[in-house]
Amino acid sequence: MSLLAATNLHAGYGGMNILDGVDIAIDAGEIGVIVGPNGAGKSTTLKALFGLLKISEGSVVLNGVDITNAPPDSLVSHGMSFVPQEKNVFLTLSVHENLEMGAFIRRDDYSHLLDHVYDIFEPLKAKRNQPAGELSGGQRQMVAIGRAMMTEPRLLLLDEPTAGLSPLFMSEIFDRIIAINATGVGILMVEQNAKQALKIAHRGFVLASGQNRFTDTGQALLDDPEVARSFLGG
Amino acid sequence: MNELVFFINKVVIAGSVIGSIYALGAIGVTLIFGILRFAHFAHGDMMTVGAGLSLVVAVLLAEAGVSTPLPIGFVAMPIAMVLTALLAIGLDRTFYKPLRDAGVRPVVLVMASVGIMLMMQGLVRLLAGSSTRSFFFSERKDIFRIDLPFLEARRSLVITEPQVLLIAFTVVAVVALHFFLTRTRHGKAMRAMSDNADLARITGINTEQVVWMTWIIGGGLAAAGGTLLSLDVTFKPDLSFNIILPIFAAAIVGGIGRPYGAIAGGFLVGFTETLAIFNWSILLRPFDALFPAWLEVPANLAFVPTEYKITIPFFILVAVLVWRPTGLFKGRVL
Repeated sequence: MSLLAATNLHAGYGGMNILDGVDIAIDAGEIGVIVGPNGAGKSTTLKALFGLLKISEGSVVLNGVDITNAPPDSLVSHGMSFVPQEKNVFLTLSVHENLEMGAFIRRDDYSHLLDHVYDIFEPLKAKRNQPAGELSGGQRQMVAIGRAMMTEPRLLLLDEPTAGLSPLFMSEIFDRIIAINATGVGILMVEQNAKQALKIAHRGFVLASGQNRFTDTGQALLDDPEVARSFLGG
Repeated sequence: MNELVFFINKVVIAGSVIGSIYALGAIGVTLIFGILRFAHFAHGDMMTVGAGLSLVVAVLLAEAGVSTPLPIGFVAMPIAMVLTALLAIGLDRTFYKPLRDAGVRPVVLVMASVGIMLMMQGLVRLLAGSSTRSFFFSERKDIFRIDLPFLEARRSLVITEPQVLLIAFTVVAVVALHFFLTRTRHGKAMRAMSDNADLARITGINTEQVVWMTWIIGGGLAAAGGTLLSLDVTFKPDLSFNIILPIFAAAIVGGIGRPYGAIAGGFLVGFTETLAIFNWSILLRPFDALFPAWLEVPANLAFVPTEYKITIPFFILVAVLVWRPTGLFKGRVL
């Protein structure tokens, strides 16, 4: 059974549809990557999936449960976490408090998860008591992803996790995403760095003008000459 | 030495007293702004209503024959704090929440709070009349005179029991607030939502619960501030209308949305006021001999006459907005 199945999504702002029939499906433990030109509706797809945007047509099924238009806070308890592209950490809270807030819905002992996050994002350990606003862009991204992991999600939605990062930080973040995925967490992310992202993707979705243009495994998309010519810059 | 004692009485004690009142009000204003993103102008009247409720409870307690070592108004205060917190939540449910849900701009909420301010003022006058009332209707206000162990000090330090209670309560409230905000799950959630409300929602923080807590703390502290001010002077219907401006000045000086800033801002505004109306010639007079003969120390050497005290917070407010709009603690720019 697929972990996430979104079929024929239609959504937009103020009556204008940006998504015009998007299909996304990934299985448990897979990495799905959404790529495509600017304005294709990549980030809009993630927002619609996470209930931040009203879906006018189509359905979203997570783990067999219909979650179409469910409010974001209920999705967190359904096992889905979302890391927005911008403003994704609490700047005035310490790194540790950011992670604690990620676990807000939990009433059990989650100290093992804190250790787990600090293991994956080693550089955060030394900065745990520093306000997140004082960290570098790459480290903030680690806090943001770490925060989203605190609910032990089955599916992590990442909106351009490497936007604005230097190539060095970029591959570091990609490595960490692979490490998180290795623990069985499904990942669906939007990426500008299409080639690098498709390399680690089990599923790739190339969107254009609010529709799926190509849908295949990451490797197949990379090998497809037409995808390469029109979307990956040759 | 007498002059120094006079200075302590007139500035240190008076400044701490009024600073505490401003801080108790400004914490609420700044928390409400941080969480709900609007200037709550009805906050001053929430203080009046809280004080009025304390008075009612105090009268009821006295009639029931309760007698306590502490002023009866202070004993009644916790009940009034709970009632005011409930009132604040009720007002939010009835007026602010429907507006919030309709997605109105912040200025609409500000105007709504002005409406609620006028409404509460009217209600207080309707129910309590427009005259002043003392909390000490059945007992005497204790005044402590502390003689200083200095040789020539003939004057003594004067502080009243309500003033001691006010300063003590403020210290306890500030420490409790600090522990709440930094040590508890809900306190951290409150800071998180004040920092980034959208992210708080995405994270799964129950934002509606945070809103409730904001009104409980804001309303409770408003009732306490109003009651303690009324214990120090008297209860009057326009009690807090006169202190709402200094309270906003305190919240803005401290950095809007910053609770510690509001506390610092409250004391800053309070002490600036008392220093500005203090008659400095009293401190200069002992040194009269040192001045050249042609220079005479005038009888009154205050920066501002007492009746123009209200200009001080105005001045501070404008100065901060012009030169440091984020306030001392780097809050939001209005």
